[in-house]
Amino acid sequence: MKFAVKALSSGKARAGVVHLGSCPSSIETPCLLLSTRKGLPIFISPDLLSSLPSPDSNLLQFSPLHFSEGPSPKTISSIGGLHQMVGLHEYGFAAVARDSIQCLPECGSTNKTGASFETPCGRRLIKPVEYMEMITSMKPNLWATLADEVPAWANNKRNKTSVDRTVKWLDECIARSPAGGAVFGSIVGGSNIEERKRCAQEIIYAGYWIGGFGLGESMEERPSLLNAVTDNLPKDWPRMICGLGLPEEVLQGVAAGVDLFDSAYIYHLTIGGFALTFPLDRTEKIDYNYQLSDQGSDRTKINLRATVYRKDATPIVEDCCCYTCQNHTKAYINHLLNVHEMLAQILLEIHNTHHYLGFFRSIREAIKEGCFEQFQKKFVQSRREHLAADVVSV
Amino acid sequence: MALRFEVLGRFNRARAAQLTLPHFACQTPLFMPVGTQGTIKGLTTDQLEEIGCQIILGNTYHLALRPTSELIDELGGLHKFMNWPRALLTDSGGFQMVSLLHLADITEKGVTFQNRIGADIIMALDDVVRTTITGPRIEEAMYRTLRWVDRCIAAHKRPHEQNLFGIVQGGLDPVLRDICVRGLVDRNLPGYAIGGLAGGEDKDSFWRVVAQCTAALPEDKPRYVMGVGYPLDIVVCSALGADMYDCVYPTRTARFGTALVPEGVLKLKHNAMVNDTRPIDPTCACMVCKNYTRAYIHCLVTKDAMGSQLLSYHNLYYMLQFPKGDVPEWVCNAMDVAGIDISSCCSS
Repeated sequence: MKFAVKALSSGKARAGVVHLGSCPSSIETPCLLLSTRKGLPIFISPDLLSSLPSPDSNLLQFSPLHFSEGPSPKTISSIGGLHQMVGLHEYGFAAVARDSIQCLPECGSTNKTGASFETPCGRRLIKPVEYMEMITSMKPNLWATLADEVPAWANNKRNKTSVDRTVKWLDECIARSPAGGAVFGSIVGGSNIEERKRCAQEIIYAGYWIGGFGLGESMEERPSLLNAVTDNLPKDWPRMICGLGLPEEVLQGVAAGVDLFDSAYIYHLTIGGFALTFPLDRTEKIDYNYQLSDQGSDRTKINLRATVYRKDATPIVEDCCCYTCQNHTKAYINHLLNVHEMLAQILLEIHNTHHYLGFFRSIREAIKEGCFEQFQKKFVQSRREHLAADVVSV
Repeated sequence: MALRFEVLGRFNRARAAQLTLPHFACQTPLFMPVGTQGTIKGLTTDQLEEIGCQIILGNTYHLALRPTSELIDELGGLHKFMNWPRALLTDSGGFQMVSLLHLADITEKGVTFQNRIGADIIMALDDVVRTTITGPRIEEAMYRTLRWVDRCIAAHKRPHEQNLFGIVQGGLDPVLRDICVRGLVDRNLPGYAIGGLAGGEDKDSFWRVVAQCTAALPEDKPRYVMGVGYPLDIVVCSALGADMYDCVYPTRTARFGTALVPEGVLKLKHNAMVNDTRPIDPTCACMVCKNYTRAYIHCLVTKDAMGSQLLSYHNLYYMLQFPKGDVPEWVCNAMDVAGIDISSCCSS
């Protein structure tokens, strides 16, 4: 794996390029890792995956814990690894034990032998040895070492323990590291800035995975916690994070110098029947006189279950070139949602992924043009103003 | 009449034909997947085109309920609503509607709904009786079917864009079936369906009804055996001279983790699949068999939506690419009548 920073904006936000062995093209950062379940998107079938913008959509994230109930690491090895098993040879896979949708860290049950997660198969304790056995059989392009993540409100003692364990497990993981995958050292430390610093300084690897975020820290306290980590990391190595899913959260991550993001946002939107509609065109003027429809639209997304879309024969977003907007109408998706047809989620996941990838593209453009800070301010402000306008109009 | 049916090749009673419908020129024999609510569960229209789907069946009752036939009409018809460029067929909706509306209304309403939905082929309302029932009810149903066909013809507003097919009823009674066939043929409809089968009758009775009807129905019009079905049944009916089939079986069984293979079925849920690194069917050229192992599909089925999707894709591909393959005696008997010698395959 190769990584290089190409541009900086407002000090820390950086645009870069990452190159993975299996992907034919380099991928620009900051970028979004698409969520998968067992290596494939949750709803988008593999033949439809190619309709998403490339190479933006070529980085996928999975958790080895998805395979807790089979196939066995031995079988996966005999098939040839994850790329082979899911038939996505030209995609890059990032393995992280935590996946913000269905493998959630359960710090109360984590102990000195392993990290505990809530998974669809129940609570699982995974030890570094088992974790590495899975990593070795799956052969992801990059993987994060096993971490003990704690939420923001953990006390100092628990925080310190999490850092000690994470560093210890990092050594155990590295000791069993397969050749060929890029190792991202995990950095934790809860909301204790000193612990975050300590963790960051102890670890030097091909990249860094920043853990412990998206577990309850507030928007206000997050920037300083992020900076405590990124300020202490070497600039030339990529930084990956889990748990910053919402657009505003992604912007905070970018501002602190993070390069790779996962997000549960697309999944939650999709299963809720929502489609993203916020403007991606950075030159668009903010319309303060926007009339809020009474059907739950907030100009960032629409809820396609709403009856106002029953006869709406227009696409979700007028000039969107995703498969869904090119082929289907809001009326049809509204119908599919009403009759509980799976096609609704497939079409929504396609559109939402496409749209969110567009958001990441705007971020990269803003950084390259040196105006990321303004971009972030304007974006956050336009969404807030919008909510304020709604409050007044009610 | 809004179709053209041209037989291009024959093998005794079996025929390969081109069925030209308003939205698509189809090759028969063909299988129609069932897209009850305006979608085949879990597959996009692009995928359906790619695997060779020519006609999709829609369910009038369900669509009339949600989103309603008026809405579909207002938005330009079902083709436009679901963005399906090829052909559609809708059933009469009668069977499910019986419990809700007055019997006298259903006939005309069913056709009206179908006119609004706009499918290439629409079905006349028939009085369906299970073949396992005996007695005067069957005769009553057959005559009623003929009377209703006249009312359907009268109510049909778009005969130049939609083809109204009549349905042959009569249970397992050859006399009744004959009367019904002759009655429908007199009405000179664009196509005919053989109904009332695929509901529990024994196979030996099933093929005889199909054989009788295909022998009596006009050569130059399509014949549709409703609710069929299992790949073997389709092969037999085609040998006897039928052209069109529909069934929920391939997609429904996919959602329960069962794949269709030349040897029969493969239950992917079974524990034996956990570490099986073979494809579902090594002879199948579909995207699923080319890329995935049984072991991987096993870990998806019944747990993740993707499992249903991939299996539905494979099962429909299997059905649409026409199935070929220990031959039971009833099949031998049927093939005999069809003039096809498969005695070397017969067990007895």
